[in-house]
Amino acid sequence: MFGKLTWDSIPWDNPLPMGAVAMMVAVVVIIGVLITRAGKWSYLWHEWITSVDHKKIGIMYMLVAFVMMLRGFSDAIMMRLQLAIASGNEGYLPPEHYDQIFTAHGVIMIFFVAMPLVIGLINIVVPQQIGARDVAFPFLNSLSFWLFFVGMALVNISLGVGEFAKTGWLAYPPLSELGTSPGVGVDYYIWSLQIAGVGTLMTGINFFVTIMKMRCPGMTLMRMPIFTWTALFTNILIIAAFPVLTVTLALLALDRYIGTHFFTATAGGDQMMYVNLIWIWGHPEVYILILPAFGVFSEVVSTFSRKKLFGYTSMVYASAVIAILAFSVWLHHFFTMGSGANVNAFFGIATMIISIPTGVKIFNWLFTIFRGRLKINLPIMWTLAFLSTFTIGGMTGVLLSVPGADFLLHNSLFLIAHFHNVIIGGVVFGMFAGYSYWFPKAMGYTLDEKWGKRAFWLWVSGFYLAFIPLYALGFMGMTRRLSHYDPSTGWQPLLLVALSGAVLILFGVLCQVTQLYVSIRDRHINQDVTGDPWDGRTLEWATSSPPANYNFPFTPVVEDRDCFWSEKEKNNGQRPKETREYVDIHMPRNTGAGVIISAFSLVFGFAMIWHIWWLAGLGLLGMFVSFIRRCFETDVDYYIPAAEVEATEKLRVHNV
Amino acid sequence: MSSVAVDTQQHQSDHDHDHEHDESSSTVFGFWIYIMSDCILFATLFATYAVLSSNTFGGPAGHEIFSMPFVLVETFLLLTSSFTYGLAMLAMHKDKSKQVVSWLVVTFILGFGFIGMELYEFHELITEGHSWQTSGFLSAFFGLVATHGLHVSLGLIWMVVMMYSVLRYGLTKQVKTRLTCLSLFWHFLDIVWICVFTVVYLMGAIT
Repeated sequence: MFGKLTWDSIPWDNPLPMGAVAMMVAVVVIIGVLITRAGKWSYLWHEWITSVDHKKIGIMYMLVAFVMMLRGFSDAIMMRLQLAIASGNEGYLPPEHYDQIFTAHGVIMIFFVAMPLVIGLINIVVPQQIGARDVAFPFLNSLSFWLFFVGMALVNISLGVGEFAKTGWLAYPPLSELGTSPGVGVDYYIWSLQIAGVGTLMTGINFFVTIMKMRCPGMTLMRMPIFTWTALFTNILIIAAFPVLTVTLALLALDRYIGTHFFTATAGGDQMMYVNLIWIWGHPEVYILILPAFGVFSEVVSTFSRKKLFGYTSMVYASAVIAILAFSVWLHHFFTMGSGANVNAFFGIATMIISIPTGVKIFNWLFTIFRGRLKINLPIMWTLAFLSTFTIGGMTGVLLSVPGADFLLHNSLFLIAHFHNVIIGGVVFGMFAGYSYWFPKAMGYTLDEKWGKRAFWLWVSGFYLAFIPLYALGFMGMTRRLSHYDPSTGWQPLLLVALSGAVLILFGVLCQVTQLYVSIRDRHINQDVTGDPWDGRTLEWATSSPPANYNFPFTPVVEDRDCFWSEKEKNNGQRPKETREYVDIHMPRNTGAGVIISAFSLVFGFAMIWHIWWLAGLGLLGMFVSFIRRCFETDVDYYIPAAEVEATEKLRVHNV
Repeated sequence: MSSVAVDTQQHQSDHDHDHEHDESSSTVFGFWIYIMSDCILFATLFATYAVLSSNTFGGPAGHEIFSMPFVLVETFLLLTSSFTYGLAMLAMHKDKSKQVVSWLVVTFILGFGFIGMELYEFHELITEGHSWQTSGFLSAFFGLVATHGLHVSLGLIWMVVMMYSVLRYGLTKQVKTRLTCLSLFWHFLDIVWICVFTVVYLMGAIT
C-alpha cells in the first residue's frame, strides 16, 4: 500500500536530523499561526501564491533562496566543525551522515540558493529594464516558481522522511546505482532536481521570448542594459543545457527503477557516459549562474561611478563568447578519465581561452570606475570585493585547466577552494550586490546600510579565512569528501583557521538577517518615494518603488542606451511631467493553476520516491487534468480602468 | 502548451491598445524555442544510443532483432499522419472547422496505429527475452524509441483536446494558435522519427 514507506523511514533515533526537522516544523507552525491570527491567508492566496506578477514571483524566489541559504549554510558549518575536530578520531558525525551533509550542501547551494537568486533577480528586473508590463507567459512563470518550490520541498522532506543522497552533489554512478545506494536518498535527489528542472526550463523559454519579443519601442538589442543581455544569454544556456540534465537524471532513474543498463558497471553500461552528460549540463550551469552576476556588476559599476559603462559592445560580445565556450570545456571536470593527451589538451586550451572574455569584462569594469566619482554604498562594495576575489578564483581555475596540474590537484581541497572562490566571490557577491541594489525597487525602501556593512566585512574576511587555507590543504594532499584524518597529516591547524572563517561568515549571515529585520522595521524612514534611489540610468528606475502591477502607465519609448539617465539630463535632473491621457491597461489575471499543478507534482514525486505506484498515478493524472482544465479557462485577463491608473499615478506624484 | 498564458479571444472585439503585443506570435515563437530544447533532449538520447549501440553484452545486436518491413510500415503511418495534419492546417486556414476535425481524426488514427505497432514491437522483443535489462544496447534502444513514442502519445492526447476545442469553440484565434503549435510538434516528431529510422533501424540492419 505505501511502497517502501514505513514507520521506520523516519530517523527517530537520530537527534541531529530530528532536531532540525522539529525546528523546521516549529517555524512553519508558528508562521501558520501568525498568518491565521492576522487573518492573512486570503491575502496571501490572492496576492502572492496565485500571483502571475513577475515582481512578486521574483520576490518569492529570493525569499526561498535566503531561507535555503540558512539551511545550506548550517550544513557548511557542520562540515567545517567536523573537520576541525576529527583529527585522529571520528568526530561527531558518523560517515554516512557526513556524506548526506556534503551532498545536501552542494545540491541546496546550487539548485535552491544560487539558481533562485539568479532567477528571482531576472524576474524582478528584466521586464522593467525592457519597458514591458509582464513576461511573455505569466501563467508559466507562476508554474515555474511552484515547480521549483516543490523540488525544494522534496529536499527538505528528505531530512525527516527517509534520507538524502550520500553520493556527492552530482550523484556519479556506479555509487548512485541501486546496488550501491539502495536507499531512497538518490531517488529524492533525482525527483527534486527533475521537477525543479522542468520549472527552470520553462523559465528559460519564458524569458527568452520576453526579451526577444516584448522590448518597448526603440529598445534595440544593442540598447538593452547589460543585465538584460546577460539574462538573455543565461536563458539561452538554460534552454540548451537543461534538457541534457533531464535526460541524464531520467536515465539514472530508469537504471534504478526498471533495471536498464545505461550507467551500470555490468551488462554494457557506461559509467563515464553519465559523467560526460552531467558535465555537459554542469559546466554551462556554472555560466548560467555567473553571467547574471556579471550583469549586476555592470549595472552597479556604471550607476555608482556615475558614468556610462566602459566598453558596452565588448561586454556584450564577451558575454556571448562565454556563453558559446560554455559548451566546449566540460571534459576539464574529469581530465583523469584517460581520454588521451590530445583530447585533454583541447579541453585544457578551451578552458584557458574563457579567461580572455572574462578578463575583458574585468578591465571594462575597472575602466568604468577609473576617474568616476564613486559613491560608496553596499552594491559597489560587493562589486569591489568581487573584483579582487573573483580574479584570484579565476587564476586558480587557469591553474587547474592545465591537465598535468589537474592530475595532481583534482578531487583535492584545492578544487574546493577554487570553485568556492568563484561561486562565492562571483555569484554570491553578485547576488548580494543585486539584492541591495534592487531591494528598494522591489520593496519600496532601502536596506539598512549599517548592518549591511557589518555583514559585508564579516562575509569578505570570513571568506578569505575559510577558503585560502583550503588551497594549502589541497597542496598538502587533503582530498575532498573526507570525514576524518590522521593527526600526522598536519592538516588540523589550517582546518581550524577555516572553521574560524566559517564562523565569521555565520556572523555575516546573522547581520544580514538583522539587516532585513531593521530595514523592515524602519521602512517608513528609508522609504524610496522617487523610485530612483541611486540616481539610476536604466528603465527600471523610471517606475515607482515598488512598481504598480502594470510597471509603466505608458509604454516607454527609448532613444538611447542609458535612456532614463539621458531623459533626466534633458530635464535638468527632473522626471518629465506626465501630460498624456491615461488609458485602460490589459493585464493577466492571477491563477491558482500553477500551485495546483505543482501540488500534484509533489504528490507524484513523493510517491515515485517511495514506490507508491497508485499514488504516483494519481499525482500524474492530477497534473494532467489540472493543466488541461487551465487550457479551457477563459477568464484569464482583465483591464485596469484608466481612472484607476490615473489615481495610482497621481498619488505617486503627490508622494514625491 | 504555452498558449494558455493569455486568452486573446475574449478581447477580439474590444478596443485595441497600442501596447498589446501580438500574443499569438509570441506563443508560436515560444513553442519553437521549446521544440529546440526538445531537439537537444533527443540529441542527448541519440548520443547515448551511439555510445551504447555496440555494447550488446552477449545479447542480440540490432540486425538480429529488427524487422525492416514492419518498421517501414510504421514509418509510413507516421509520415502519412504528418501529411494529413498538413491537410487539417490547410482546412484551418480556409476556416472549415468540420474538415479540420475530420483530418485530425484521420491523423489520430494513423498516429494511434504507429503507437500500436511500436508497442507490438516492444512486446515481441520482451517476450523473446530481449528486454531493456539485457544489455546497454537494448537499454539505449528502448530509451530512445520509447521517448519518441511517449512524445507521440502526448501529441495524440493533445489532438483529442484540440478536436474537442474546435467542436466546442470553433476556429477562434486561440484555437488556431494551438493547432499551429501542435502542427509544429507533430512535424517535429516526424523528423525525429526519420533520424530514429536511419540511425537505429537502417544503420542497425546494415552492421
